[in-house]
Amino acid sequence: MTDDLPRTDAAADAVGADAYPAAGQPLLRIEGVAKTFGTFRAVDGVSLDIKAGEFFALLGPSGCGKTTLLRMLAGFEAPDEGRILLGGKDIAQALPHERPINMMFQNYALFPHLSVRDNIAFGLKRARLARADIATRVAEMVALVKLEGLEKRKPDQLSGGQRQRVALARALARRPQLLLLDEPLAALDKKLRENTQGELMELQRRLGMTFIIVTHDQEEAMTMASRIGVMKAGKLAQVASPRELYEAPRSRWIAEFVGDINLFEAESKLRDGHRLVIGTSGAGALVVAEPREPVGAGKLSVAIRPEKVKLSRRGPVSEAGHETAINRLDGVIADICYLGGTTTYKVKLDTGGMVQASVANSARLDVDAYSLNQHVVAWFTPDDCVVLTS
Amino acid sequence: MRKLSRLSRFNIASLAMGLAFLYLPIIILVIYSFNASRLVTVWGGWSLRWYHEFFNDRAMIEAAWMSLRVAVSSATIATLLGTLTAVALSRGEAFRGRTLFSGMLYAPLVMPEVITGLSLLLLFVALNAERGFWTVTIAHTTLTMCFVAVVVQSRLGSLDRSLEEAAMDLGCNPLRAFLAVTLPLIAPAIVAGWMLAFTLSLDDLVIASFTTGPGSATLPIRIYSEVRLGVKPEINAICTLVIGLIAVIIVIASLASKLSSSQGESAAPL
Repeated sequence: MTDDLPRTDAAADAVGADAYPAAGQPLLRIEGVAKTFGTFRAVDGVSLDIKAGEFFALLGPSGCGKTTLLRMLAGFEAPDEGRILLGGKDIAQALPHERPINMMFQNYALFPHLSVRDNIAFGLKRARLARADIATRVAEMVALVKLEGLEKRKPDQLSGGQRQRVALARALARRPQLLLLDEPLAALDKKLRENTQGELMELQRRLGMTFIIVTHDQEEAMTMASRIGVMKAGKLAQVASPRELYEAPRSRWIAEFVGDINLFEAESKLRDGHRLVIGTSGAGALVVAEPREPVGAGKLSVAIRPEKVKLSRRGPVSEAGHETAINRLDGVIADICYLGGTTTYKVKLDTGGMVQASVANSARLDVDAYSLNQHVVAWFTPDDCVVLTS
Repeated sequence: MRKLSRLSRFNIASLAMGLAFLYLPIIILVIYSFNASRLVTVWGGWSLRWYHEFFNDRAMIEAAWMSLRVAVSSATIATLLGTLTAVALSRGEAFRGRTLFSGMLYAPLVMPEVITGLSLLLLFVALNAERGFWTVTIAHTTLTMCFVAVVVQSRLGSLDRSLEEAAMDLGCNPLRAFLAVTLPLIAPAIVAGWMLAFTLSLDDLVIASFTTGPGSATLPIRIYSEVRLGVKPEINAICTLVIGLIAVIIVIASLASKLSSSQGESAAPL
């Protein structure tokens, strides 16, 4: 019903309505932005391009500077250094109300003295829209977030999920060029959060809007975002698609932050054609595919995701003929963690290390399930390994 | 009421005695204000005679009118200044000595009234100001302003700052954000602060007697000087009227602060 919202909002005039770039073109450019609080450098030289129509996630542990960066985009903090260009215009020092950007707050920040309708209409009244236009737009927003019949309620008469929708509708009502979402789902319980994730993605696609979400929840970022920027100590550690982030993390820290991983420290390395043979402390010699970037003299480690590690009783069976190329590690089951869909086994290797394997529970009655202290072979291919240099 | 049924006999007894201790003198005063007898301590039947007497006592009526004017003006000025103080202290940019300022705000709350009154008297004498309505009003504003500031400041402190940010995000400049969001949310505290200032001013004797001049006595001063010559039953009638006025205001103020705190709950993050 609201498939193509016209972007001729009064609020958008700050940059000019026709300055909005086509999907895929850069909308927001952050150049060397830094912010210091006292002696603490919260954001330390971040540069980033956000494309129009993108769903971008800023991911990081608490205190990494992601919220400060978001607040600088909204205008609540002014950067000490750097530029923030929206549609080519530097808005770094503009006040919040001068930016065609809206934000959805973590605690929703609904005005407790106003009804749902007045909360949604708040920004429209400030934009000096005609009375009739405001009514139409509010009705549109109420329908968009499925809040029909609750327009007259006050925020304290709504459930957590409903409040979240009001906050979203209020932020969307001005049709901002960019919507910022600060931990939008943190206050919802797990089931509701998963549904809402889907709805947010659907909404973003349908409206063709640009979303930047801040979250500390890596699953949330992976599920919703088309690109993720991982932040650590005020810096962007990696900007990549969810898949790339998971399968080709740039550092040990990212590999450990995003999902579970087995890490083995390298002690020696040997070239074998287009393969590398790396001697590790915990798992003996591992054959890995040569990384795309040349490996320097620095400290190396081999990383492998638990679900890429296969278990069997007698070693790899399906990969007959490739046995020499396969990493085969003998050990005993040390710990079993049943998670419903998968089971995570911890295998104590004969070489001294420990490896985690995540096995899908594909059959209800699993006669093949491993038991504690059972001898198993953990194996994986060279391509499943990632060589990390930092 | 539901709770009362669960109270033990001992609790009921101590509650009754506590309430009696607090309110029995007042109840006796109210009853005796309807006394027909000339003598304060002798009951002579029900009558509105002393109320009639009071309304015909020009000097007393003038004092009451003076007190009301002082209370309304000083409460209004104190509310304005106190609210601005509270906003500046809790919302303004951090400035040097803000903690000191906040601390100093509490000083008049604990300062003996005699000292406040005496220091103001010295100030007015030094300024050679003619003492009367305005000096009392200024003195009462000084006294009550910090009460207002404390009440409003605590309300502002419990208010989520992101509400103002949301208003700015939605197109308000900082002043509009304050008027559209913060002010309606702290309004109950401002009303409660005004009521508090009004009652404080109305029943103040010490500071008023230091700062007032000839011919502009407030009601408490007038009553006090009458009582020194012997208690007339008329005083009982006046006191009953004052008690009634203050009771009404306290009820309104507590309703306002109740409204304020129930809104505060929904304003707080989950």
